[in-house]
Amino acid sequence: MHWKKISALVCLVVCSLLVPAKADPVADSVAIIRKTGPEGAGSTAAAAAWETLSKLDASAIVPLLESMDGSGPVAKNWIRSALEVIFTKTARESPDSLPMGDVESFLLNTRHPSPARKLAFDLIASVDAEKASGLKPRFLNDPSPELRLDAVQLMISKGQSLLDEGKTNEATEALQTALDSARDVDQIKKIAKMLREKANKTLDLPKHFGFLMHWHVVGPFDNTDRKGFDAIYEPENGVDLNAVYEGKTKEVAWKNYFTTDEYGMVDFNQPYNPLKGVVGYAYTEFESDQDRYAQLRLGCKNAWKIWLNGDFVFGRDEYHRGMRIDQYQLPVQLKKGKNTILVKACQDEQEHDWTKEWQFQIRVCDETGTAILSTTRKPTPQKEQVERRRPAKP
Amino acid sequence: MKLYTLSLCLTLLSTSISFADWLNFRGPSGSGISSNCEGLTKQLSADSVAWKVPLPGRGLSTPLVAGDRVFLTAASGPEQKELHILCFSSKDGAKLWERTFLATGRTMCHKKTCVAAPSPASDGKSIFALFSSNDLIAVDLDGNIKWMRGLTLDYPNASNSLGMSSSPVVVDGTLVLQIENDSESFAAGIDTETGLNRWKIDRPKAANWTSPIALLIDDTAIAALQSSKGLLGVQPATGSPVFEYKFGAATIPSSVASGDTIYIPSNGLTAVKAPTDGGEVEKLWNEGGQRPGTASPILIGDRIYTINGAGVLTCANASSGERNWRARLKGPISASPVATGNHLYVFNEAGLGQCVKLTAEEGRIVSEIDLGETILCTPALSDNALFIRSDNTLWKIQ
Repeated sequence: MHWKKISALVCLVVCSLLVPAKADPVADSVAIIRKTGPEGAGSTAAAAAWETLSKLDASAIVPLLESMDGSGPVAKNWIRSALEVIFTKTARESPDSLPMGDVESFLLNTRHPSPARKLAFDLIASVDAEKASGLKPRFLNDPSPELRLDAVQLMISKGQSLLDEGKTNEATEALQTALDSARDVDQIKKIAKMLREKANKTLDLPKHFGFLMHWHVVGPFDNTDRKGFDAIYEPENGVDLNAVYEGKTKEVAWKNYFTTDEYGMVDFNQPYNPLKGVVGYAYTEFESDQDRYAQLRLGCKNAWKIWLNGDFVFGRDEYHRGMRIDQYQLPVQLKKGKNTILVKACQDEQEHDWTKEWQFQIRVCDETGTAILSTTRKPTPQKEQVERRRPAKP
Repeated sequence: MKLYTLSLCLTLLSTSISFADWLNFRGPSGSGISSNCEGLTKQLSADSVAWKVPLPGRGLSTPLVAGDRVFLTAASGPEQKELHILCFSSKDGAKLWERTFLATGRTMCHKKTCVAAPSPASDGKSIFALFSSNDLIAVDLDGNIKWMRGLTLDYPNASNSLGMSSSPVVVDGTLVLQIENDSESFAAGIDTETGLNRWKIDRPKAANWTSPIALLIDDTAIAALQSSKGLLGVQPATGSPVFEYKFGAATIPSSVASGDTIYIPSNGLTAVKAPTDGGEVEKLWNEGGQRPGTASPILIGDRIYTINGAGVLTCANASSGERNWRARLKGPISASPVATGNHLYVFNEAGLGQCVKLTAEEGRIVSEIDLGETILCTPALSDNALFIRSDNTLWKIQ
């Protein structure tokens, strides 16, 4: 009997291997789409896969949402556009067959990636605006910055209403909650303004954002004809804070520098006076309590390069085309303990008024924009400190 | 002009394009002229609006018209990261389909412009939508995806923090685009069927918002790439240089051409004769006083028209550059003008549409329409109608 069972099991296994596996059009097509590579490689096959996907019925909607997890940014766009075709067609022809309960479950599962969850929310909003509106407050502390936006806005509105009613304490509480949850720069600025002006609240925005405020700077090195961007000056070969280097016109050494700017602006014109055709370096250290993924978020209108722990991260040879907070979001891996950050900032030789800035701002955060603070972060410098460090006028 | 007309005919016959179609920035051959819109109203008024529809996002890209469909791009959401390609019925403005995507490149730009600044292009079979984020997406006329590229993923430093706005154009089966900026600056020819690079060449490392134009000289298709350095003619299939004008050019208004004569916004306005045999570019004339502002020049018959930064419309003899007349329009004007017959249609930034009768002595504004919204987009003309958009609205005027 025992051998009969084994024989039957073996037979079953062999038969299952001989019978072709049932096709899974979602998985098969997504696999093809995920193979699209750089410079358009694989697009023709992906287009055929997209056509297959776009003709599926509503049962494919949630699997397609799920398939966005682990797909690259271009593959995500292939998938979402196919999904939208299915959803729109189903909503028009047989809305009752839309799996809205499952879409909502997908939305509320915070393990799924933010763009797919935001798409799920938009799908819900497109067929049931009231339902979507009712879901918004849940996202106040959601890992998805996109979903947080509306929730934070609701809290800002609540704070404003309470201010209008003269309930300053309750308004402060609501606005502080909004600030703690906000990851969008414009929302943070708006809440901070309200808290300061209406509730007389003291805030530490540099800490809230995670801006790096304390640095060592050295320069100027030569950037005539914009050649300094590619030139490798000595700090790029290893930082020695006691070293003296050959600068553009004379020997230069590292200086201590801190910024009191609320948005962490490191202004080379402050220690060196306005200069043109020059390169400056800024160096700082960051203590991480663990090995972890992080983002260095940089804003800079000068050409720049950045190194983490001596490894080049990214650089950009563009001058005076504008800057903003989080202009560049650079994924990096922090190591437990000391991490070194070196920034190269280049100033060109244009003479227009709008080309005077020689500066950058940088913060460390996670992918949602939540600040990651160095375990040895110093207190945020205050404006009075900068007054003290300036030499007295004769 | 006869040669120009012949050239246009040859181009149209070689594709599925109809005369009624408006398939890229400034329409057929980048001329800004429609030959099937003689019936378009010359008396612009509120009654001229056939329909208008709301849009889901910002944009200053030109609407395209293919058959009875209007195609448009837009960008919405925080930091304009959501990209839209939309298709409407030209008859009643009904939305036929919409595709959305998330930007894979940088979306930062100056507040005056937006992520949907580059106009899409078409070969009459597909729409090629380019955004300031360097997302390049090909769909057929029914919205089926053919291919897509994230050019910033391929070329990480190809961007401009003020925003990109160069509009691609299909030249002899190749989609030609200029992704030019201070850093990773290039032009490329993309296979319209596969989305693969046919060629990619380095370009001057300097910000540039001008658009490539298609030339047809002695039955030879050439793509002309303008930049601060001048104008480079290349073979559309290979990117190999054909001719080069090296005396500098504007980085906002684009050139216009008729046959082998190109009118370049260079040191004012410069007319040149382009060779196809690798010879020298021949300068025909230069007029420093005819410097275009943001709007590109337009050639109508034997007259060349420019609008300067102060909103002054100048009419000049296209053969000599000699000025015929000047007329002050109501500016400021960012949109390039379009024309049909002897009438020029110009929209200013305040949303005021102006119809200028060009045969009147010194030009004359014969009618106006106030759309009440900011207009930076160049209109499209097709089938006796004008299509124009703001950040919020698409209008059909007839």
